[in-house]
Amino acid sequence: MTESTTAYKDLIACPKCDALYHAVIPDNNHRAICDRCGTTLFAPREGSFLIVFAYALTVLVLIFAATWFPFISISKAGLSNTSSVFDVALSFSDSAMIPLTLAVAGMIILIPALRVLLILYTLAPLILERKPLPHAALAFRYSEQMRPWAMAEIFVLGVAVALVKIAGLANVDPGPAFWMFVALALIATIQDRAACSLTIWKALEAK
Amino acid sequence: MTETAKTSGLISCTTCARVWPGGQSHCERCGSALIDRDVRGLQPVWAWWVAGLICYIPANIYPMLRTHTLFTDEESTIVGGAAELIAHGSVGVAAIILIASVLIPVGKFIAIAFLAVTLRDRKRMSQHRRQQLYEVVEFIGRWSMVDVFVVAILSSLIQLQDVASINPGPAAMTFALSVIFTMLAAQSFDSRLIWDKEDQA
Repeated sequence: MTESTTAYKDLIACPKCDALYHAVIPDNNHRAICDRCGTTLFAPREGSFLIVFAYALTVLVLIFAATWFPFISISKAGLSNTSSVFDVALSFSDSAMIPLTLAVAGMIILIPALRVLLILYTLAPLILERKPLPHAALAFRYSEQMRPWAMAEIFVLGVAVALVKIAGLANVDPGPAFWMFVALALIATIQDRAACSLTIWKALEAK
Repeated sequence: MTETAKTSGLISCTTCARVWPGGQSHCERCGSALIDRDVRGLQPVWAWWVAGLICYIPANIYPMLRTHTLFTDEESTIVGGAAELIAHGSVGVAAIILIASVLIPVGKFIAIAFLAVTLRDRKRMSQHRRQQLYEVVEFIGRWSMVDVFVVAILSSLIQLQDVASINPGPAAMTFALSVIFTMLAAQSFDSRLIWDKEDQA
């Protein structure tokens, strides 16, 4: 490989270890793995953009519904209380913990929702084999950066722990939003696994 | 010796993997800042690490939950809350809390410090093991947030006037900050540094 200015266009470097490769996307259902550190570079699949798009759309609908429907109800000694996910997100707001409210609302509702919106925006034209929409690279970069901060699946574990803690204190009754949230955490995880980001970057560039 | 972007005088984008001539400031494909790891080094890692540790101390001293029932008013810390769960027989759930709020954060502080301190000491651990350790730290760190969510759920749900109510304590805030800061510490650790030394040897 040379260092001439034209040659670098076809090269990629492993994001984890910097090993240099010629950027050749393997055939569908094959993986390109970094020889040195074992990181998966490309893992393209037949129709994966459409599959990821469908998952993302499902997640978006579920987030919207799960936010407003009754999430969990409790009752004890004739008193009862029902919370939506939105109430949970705002639970720190009556004290000096407003920043924590924003963080919790972000991690369980806003960031997951924004991420799937950005992914839909990025992938829609690629599926239709059109030019990417304006600022698609920016949209996809933000969605990638938000990945560790979208914590729907961790929230579900938190719900499970909370239910056990409550069980001795009051009667607990999961509402529709509870099941929607479990489904959305599962689908969001599957969606992340189905998306190969280097393939998407390559597609954004090629059009 | 493996040929890398750096040994070829290029700079690589850690977001989209594209390479550019050395010295370029931004990736033209995805717009990310191109970071020269020799210039930035480990300073941001240590800055976030220290911030995370400072927040982790009050997170364990102050109460996480304030529980009010008809006859009692209790405050419980992270470890205290887990101990109560064990006393009630919920050993599995107590284990989740202890793993997420004690084992993972403490393990993370040690692992990040180990990776950063022994970067030049290759005899202690192979590069592959270091890479694996780093990936585990990056993957698992977010799960510490679970206890903050538990507090959020309990305090929004358990609001039954005088019969039972739960409110967050100050530790919820500092614990959340500690998790966020250590996540940022892990993210700002450039795993390419693990592999660079081979090239220089």
